Formats: sequence, structure tokens, C-alpha cells
Amino acid sequence: MSLTLALEVGWGTTMAIKTLVVLMIIPLGALILGYTFLLKMMSHMQSRLGPMDPGGFHGWFQLIGDGMKFIQKEDLMPDGADRKVMAGAPAVVLISTFLVFLVIPMGPDLVVKDLDVGVFYALAVSSLSVIGVLMAGWASANKYALLGALRAAGQLIAYELPLLLAVVGVVMQAGTMSLQGIVYAQRDGSIFGVDWIGNPFILTQFIGFLLFLIAAQAELTQTPFDMPVAESELVAGYMVEYTGFRFLFFFMGEFGTAFAFAAIAATLFLGGWSVPWVHGDMANLLGPFVLFAKLMFVAFLMFWARFTYPRLREDQLQAFAWKVLIPIGLLNLLVTAVFKVGF
Amino acid sequence: MSTTETPAGVPSFELDRNALRHLADAQINVELDTGDMILNLGPQHPATHGTLRLVVRLDGERVLAADPVIGYMHRGYEKLTEVRTYPQITTLINRIDWLSSFANEVPFINAAEKLMGIEAPPRATYIRTILTELSRISTFILFLGEMGLQVGALTPAFYGFRDREHVLNLIEGATGGRFHPNFNRIGGLKDDLPWGWVSETRSVMKMMLDSCDQFEDLVAGNEIFHARTKGIGVIPGDIGTAYGVSGSNIRASGVDWDLRRDGEPYLAYPDLDFKVWTHADGDSFARYWVRLQETRESVRMVLQLLDGLPSGPVMAKVPRIIKVPEGEAWVETENPLGQMGYYVVSKGATGPFRCKIRSASFSNVSILPWLLRGVYVPDVVTILASLYFILGDIDR
Repeated sequence: MSLTLALEVGWGTTMAIKTLVVLMIIPLGALILGYTFLLKMMSHMQSRLGPMDPGGFHGWFQLIGDGMKFIQKEDLMPDGADRKVMAGAPAVVLISTFLVFLVIPMGPDLVVKDLDVGVFYALAVSSLSVIGVLMAGWASANKYALLGALRAAGQLIAYELPLLLAVVGVVMQAGTMSLQGIVYAQRDGSIFGVDWIGNPFILTQFIGFLLFLIAAQAELTQTPFDMPVAESELVAGYMVEYTGFRFLFFFMGEFGTAFAFAAIAATLFLGGWSVPWVHGDMANLLGPFVLFAKLMFVAFLMFWARFTYPRLREDQLQAFAWKVLIPIGLLNLLVTAVFKVGF
Repeated sequence: MSTTETPAGVPSFELDRNALRHLADAQINVELDTGDMILNLGPQHPATHGTLRLVVRLDGERVLAADPVIGYMHRGYEKLTEVRTYPQITTLINRIDWLSSFANEVPFINAAEKLMGIEAPPRATYIRTILTELSRISTFILFLGEMGLQVGALTPAFYGFRDREHVLNLIEGATGGRFHPNFNRIGGLKDDLPWGWVSETRSVMKMMLDSCDQFEDLVAGNEIFHARTKGIGVIPGDIGTAYGVSGSNIRASGVDWDLRRDGEPYLAYPDLDFKVWTHADGDSFARYWVRLQETRESVRMVLQLLDGLPSGPVMAKVPRIIKVPEGEAWVETENPLGQMGYYVVSKGATGPFRCKIRSASFSNVSILPWLLRGVYVPDVVTILASLYFILGDIDR
């Protein structure tokens, strides 16, 4: 056991602490991304200030205040709604986000469970959220919500494939599906004999990185792929009938999932928690911060695109996925395989 | 040419007679429901800039038929004019197309002046032309950003509002009102321009040209924007004319018709050298492009007008109590949203006997049932945004 977790604690207690930390990560990550990007970065891009007063310093308290407001609101449901399903939907979305965080390593020892099929598991549970979205859209008894939910379903199915293809390239290069293993492969790897920064896969798998970002953008239903919530068409899509606490769940789910996907991208392509020349206890100590810095960079790219581009149409999105992204992904896979065998 | 025939080049669409029944009624009539989904867009919907209601019959995401329902903002202005005096009426008609209020006042005042045989002094005419063009610029700059918002890009809308603010400040500086100037008087203007206004306007016009460049880069140059707007909502020139579509919308369909050049001469337009922009395609992108070019053209016109601004009074000699002699007058002008006309009938009293208002948006929106058949739901929003209507201009 390393220094940072030197306390002699049992397996159960360790697990409880880890789970608690992961439970905290979702609201915390949602807050950080929501504040940094949604409130401040977007405002500055649009030549305005955003919230400045709440909390004293650049309105840092704004989102927490919003959350408190949502908790106090009345829990409304439409007359024709399927009440149980509608109430359960936000939880499904949030649980799927929660499950992703279980396998993301934040240091050599800081991981809840380092599964052998880590990446596979992460992608599998992250797509569970579509069930929640479909439940929300159907149970709301609202035509806008229904349209939004069906769009979301079609979109998530189409973009699961490019996402997987992008990841398979990394898995092939690392030779393992465990996220911890992928981090080690990047830290200890070398590019044609040069090994002083290791081998962050963004250099060798750059196309894979772009594919991953685009597909993740579609999975997260962010612009240019935000048709399920398209505010100028469907008002708020599948969320249209949600208020108060349940809406807060969706909001946290949206930004929490963005946080999770940024963390996965940072782990797969940017070396995760590892920095050159830092090993052992120091890595455990620094790991979370390094990972945080990297994932904020990835999130910055995602939100930059989100606040810049117009929205595609649903059929154009499908065409883009099947005609452009998947062929490129397959080609990338082929080239990776050739290099893997050849060098 | 009749409107039911499909001209060459437009994809033919099988007409479902059943779907064309009045959908607002079908919504409460279960018998008519054939399994398609009827979606009610509006009267509260972010894409309808106000209270336009659009009842669309959907097959999946495809629109089978669309039925605009108007009148949620009807304020009875035509009737109200009959119980108001001429100077009071400009206050009302300011609120028809509230984005370009000054341009609204012009045709009505012109009609009254025509009946009274009064001519405004040249300086007043020039200032009227400048303010009309400024309101056109402010309307179009907002459109250039707003269109981005409607196809999903959040940021351009804020740039639109930011840049329009400079023009509104100019209008406020000259007239005292940002939105509803109420500055025209029969026979001239309320006041002369304030000191320093001309040089301020010149610098703002340079900013507007930069702003147009920015929108050309940011919105019109974006590939996703092209994908969303090109070939969407094609209005062929002859069909558009048959529906009475006017303004930039019809010029984007290749019809070279602009009342500032082709209509009865009004304001200072005969003195100006300007180009009328057209686009051959007639789709949503063409409408965006034409408005972009017209904004630049308006900036050039304002600069020309400032160079040639004559000196002299801004008010002609008019009687203290304005009584318009018996007669009828029809004046139409090229407003930012299209052709705007007033038919004023006077019986010699202090107010008009009857005033018919021909507003551009009403006719522009009337093409929607024809235009929206067979498009997808996101395209409905694109088409609504690119037609650019103001609810006050539809319902009056």
C-alpha cells in the first residue's frame, strides 16, 4: 500500500471510501464543467460576462444556487404521464454516468476497480443512458419529448460504432483493454525509440482521437449533434416536461457524462494520470490533478465546438456517421494493425 | 401561372387532399386522425419569434401538411386608425413591425403628405432616408445573428444583438427612441440631427461592414450552415410572386424587384446609386445571402446620404390643426421585411376614414403551407427563420 493510502483499512472500508468519492465526482464534475465552460467560457465567447455576483468571485456560486432552487421547486408531472417511468428516467441516466467513473484510474492505486475489460465496460455502461432518455421521452406524454427521445436513440446507436472503432485502435496499440494498462502502456511506451515522454496515443492515434471526440460529442448530445434537445426546434427535447429536482438530475447527468467522457479521452489518448519522471507515491498524489488538467483540456475542445457550430439535421448526422466516420475508423484500424505487426 | 402546378426544377410532391383540411379543426376532431402525428408549433415556441401558431401534420419527422394560424397578436390597428388623428397614428404604426419602426412611419406620412399636397424639405427627406436605412441595417444585423441561432449555433445571435446596439444608439441619438422613434411629422421631422451625429454615424457604418464580414465568415461560411440551408425551402420566383412574397425573400428567388428603384419615387432614393442584389437559388441560404449583401448596400447608401446631406429646415409649413382634404392615396415602400403599403381614404376630417395596411410579413407567411410540405421538422425552423417575419407585421 502506498503512502497516501497508508492507513491500514479493510477491503470493505476502502471500497466504501472509493464509492463515496466517485459519488461525489458527478455533482462536482458537473459543477466544474458547468461553471467553467457553460457559464464563463460561453459568456466570454459571446462578449458578455456571465454571472458575476453570486459568491463574490466571478459568480462561482451561481450553479450551486441554481441547484438549491431546483430542489425547492414543485415536482410537476403532466396528466397523461407514466409517473413511475418518468420518475425513474433521470436516475437511470445518472446511474450510467456513475458506473463509468468506477473504472477510471486517477493514480497507480487510485481506482475503484481496475477491470480487465475496462474500456469495454465503460463504453457499455455509458450507453445505458439512452434507456433513461427513451423512458423520459415516452413517459412524458409530450410529442416534443417523444421526437427528442427517438432522435436520441437513433443517434446513440449510430455513434456507438465510430466510438468503438476509435477505441479499438488504442486497445490494439496498448495490447490491453484495462484502462490502467493503457495508461502504463503510454507511460512506458516509446515512439520509434524515443521514450522520454512515453507514448501518449494522441500522437500515434491522432485520427482515433478526433473520431473519439466527434463521436463523444454525439453521445453527449452536444452541438453540432444536439438534435435530441434542439432548443429552437423541440424546445428541450426529452427533458421538456421535467422540472425541479428531476431536471437537476438530467443536468448533472449531462455534464457528469461530459466529465466522464473527457476523463476517458484523457486516459486513452493523453496518458491519463501519468506525467513523465513522476513515479510511485508522488504519482498517487499528483495523479488526480494531472488527470483533471488533461480532462479539462479535452472538455475545452468539446465545449469549444459546442458553442461554435450550428446543428446538423438528424438524417445528415446519420449519413455522416455511416458514410464518413465509420470508413475512416476502419481505415485507421487497418493502418494501426499494419504498424503493430510491421514495427 | 397557377400556383397548383409545380414548375420545373422543384421536386414534385404528391398532394394528400385529406391532409390539407383545416388542421386546427382536425386537432379536436378525432375522426380525421389517420395515425399521423399532429404537432402544434407555437403559439409559444422559440422558433416563431412571437405568437405564430403552426399546426403541422407529421409522418415521422416529415411534414405532410402545415397550417399557420395567425391572429394571436391582433391589435386592430386598421380599425384604430379610424378614431385617431393623423399625428397620433404614427404612434400606432410604429408598433406594426417593431424592429424597423421608423421605416413603417414613412409610407403613412408620405400618403398623408400626398393628400395634403405638402412636400417635406430636402434635408428632412434625406434624414428620413438615412433613418430608414439605419432601421433596415439594425433589422438585418439581428437577422444575420438570429438565423444562426435557429439552426443551432448559439453564439452568432449574441453578436447580432451586440452589433445592432450601435445602430439603435444612433437612432436613439437622433430621435430619442430606440425602438419606437415616432419622429416623423406630416411635412417633415420633429427635430434636426444632434451635433456630432453625422461623424458618429460614419464610424458606426464602418463597424457594420466589419460585422457583416464577421457574419459572412462565422455563419455563411460554415459547412454545417450550408448543409442546413442550401436547397431548403426553395421558392420559385413565379410562385413567390403569386403568393405576394416581397422584399429580400423574393429577390432571393431571382426576381429583380425593389420598390426603392422600381416603385414610385419616394424619399431620396432617386438620388442614390445602389445595386439591387438578387440570388438565383431561392432557398434559405439565398435569403440569408441576399440580406447580408443588402446590409452592406444599405451601409453604402447611408454613407452616400451623409455626403450629400443638404442644409435647410426640417419642417415645411403646415397648418396647426392637420385636416387632410378628401381623397384617396396608396403609397407603398420597400421596408426591411418587404413591401409595405398604406391605402388612406380621407373624408376631410382630422383622421382617416379608412386605412388599409398592407404589411410584408402577412404575405410572406402565406406561402408557408405550400413551402412546408415534405420537409423535415428541423427544416421548418430553418424556413421560418429565413423568411424572417415579425408577428406584429402579420397580425397588425
